[in-house]
Amino acid sequence: MSANRWQKQDRRPSAERKVGVGKKPPIKEPRRGASGGQVGWSDKLKSYLQHHQQLLVSTSRKLLAEPVQTLMTSLVVAIALGLPAALYLGIVNLEQLGSRVETTAQLTLFLNKSASDETIGQLRQNLSEDADIRSVRYISRAQALTEFRELSGFGDVLEMLEENPLPAVLLVQPDNRFQGDLVASEALVARIMALPGVDEVRLDMKWMERLQAILSVGERLALALALALSMGVLLIVGNTIRLAIENRRDEIVVVKLVGGTDNYVRRPFLYTGVWYGLIGGVLAWVLVALALFSLSGLVSRLAALYQSVFELEGLGLVGLLYLMAAGALLGLVGAWLAVARHLSSIEPG
Amino acid sequence: MICFDKVSKRYATGQEALSGLTLNLDAGEMAFLTGHSGAGKSTVLKLVMLMERPSQGQLLINGKNLGRLHRSQIPYYRRNVGVVFQNHQLLFDRTVFDNVALPLLVSGYQPREVGRRVRAALDKVGLLDKEKQNPITLSGGEQQRVGIARAVVHKPRILLADEPTGNLDPELSSEIMNLFRDFGEVGVTVLIATHDIDLISRMGLRVLQLQQGRLASDERPVHVG
Repeated sequence: MSANRWQKQDRRPSAERKVGVGKKPPIKEPRRGASGGQVGWSDKLKSYLQHHQQLLVSTSRKLLAEPVQTLMTSLVVAIALGLPAALYLGIVNLEQLGSRVETTAQLTLFLNKSASDETIGQLRQNLSEDADIRSVRYISRAQALTEFRELSGFGDVLEMLEENPLPAVLLVQPDNRFQGDLVASEALVARIMALPGVDEVRLDMKWMERLQAILSVGERLALALALALSMGVLLIVGNTIRLAIENRRDEIVVVKLVGGTDNYVRRPFLYTGVWYGLIGGVLAWVLVALALFSLSGLVSRLAALYQSVFELEGLGLVGLLYLMAAGALLGLVGAWLAVARHLSSIEPG
Repeated sequence: MICFDKVSKRYATGQEALSGLTLNLDAGEMAFLTGHSGAGKSTVLKLVMLMERPSQGQLLINGKNLGRLHRSQIPYYRRNVGVVFQNHQLLFDRTVFDNVALPLLVSGYQPREVGRRVRAALDKVGLLDKEKQNPITLSGGEQQRVGIARAVVHKPRILLADEPTGNLDPELSSEIMNLFRDFGEVGVTVLIATHDIDLISRMGLRVLQLQQGRLASDERPVHVG
């Protein structure tokens, strides 16, 4: 059969072959007829998709065949992704803590020590009728002293004082609409300050403001860190891909010689880069989760000391997806840069 | 089919490999390219493969000027050319089958078609039973035949060979040459660079002799009958 196969080749005159060439140069045009190297568009598309599918498997197998190299590169990617993720998570948790404090944000009114019971009674009534105020709690000077004695353990010191040094206090809970609204809250403070008998008003939101400022600095920091480490990921993946390109130099030369396009040559390396990024993203998530797990015990004990229940918020599934997407994108770009830089230098000859 | 028109090639090193070479090969013609080492044999093949570009002159393949071919079209052009190397350039990380299949895979053939064509090519070179082996386990002559199968599996219009019998004993060499002649007889344009004078004289084919980058002689066989 063998000899016949080659004799069946269709060798029409060159003029005839040029027919139907269209825009493409005839050299590019696949030959027609029984012998032809003709590949239809649908077959080409099918093959293109099959190549992708096959690369998905083959590139992952190659990575599994070299577990140490794969783990090293992915772990470096994971650390680079995990650090900003951890910092971001810290900020999210502090914000969560902050928002919880915010809900209990209240005004502490220190009353004038010389204010008469009548003045205080009037003040309490005025405040509880005020539409801006949800609740008022009164702590008299005597109560304050008792509480202080019980809680501070400095009772003996107080015994030595001739006079109760503590002022009476009104704990005022503003209406819910003041929550997080610093400007309105400060206006309320100013209004209450003007009331008779009030010595001083402390708004427990001042430090919230500071915390917010610190957190936004932290957010910027996380972003800057993420950007800097992204460059690191690009370099790491790029370098690994560069080595892979060197290792497969022979293959690249042969593929180029038999008519493989640049895209065809590039594809496996891009896949490898994406794999590194994906694995790195998952590992980053695991690292952050481990760190969180090791901290959670400490945090809940700390929260218990403050008679509060506070649970650290994790990255969650969405976080995992984000990390994987970021890793894959960085891996792809890193591989692309390496391929663009090194592949063109490998030419047969 | 292959037409060199006053082609010169000067390498970056300043070495002039070809100086005003003019030669013409018709479609389906088979010829040997011979000459001392450094006479320009490899350069001729590299120019046809577009591994190098001429410094001067024109190179026309199938009536098309290769100088006008954009870099991005080189892969598509190369799919019309098959090459056999002295050192085979086989990949030892895959089977014989996968080596031969490579030109088809890069062109986007369907797996079934790939299998059919690869087996036909391996059958032609008599290695059908070795398709699952790694080429490293094969003898030199067998490796060369795998290289030939890979060069012809996509049925190129032009077949080039650079010292294809370089390391083979005379018997294997003539076996390989007979394979090339079979392809020549079915219309493939075959150009073989070699310095194996014995072999050439036995084949009775056109011989192009290069000397210092020029065509020193062009002997056509005298047809009998």
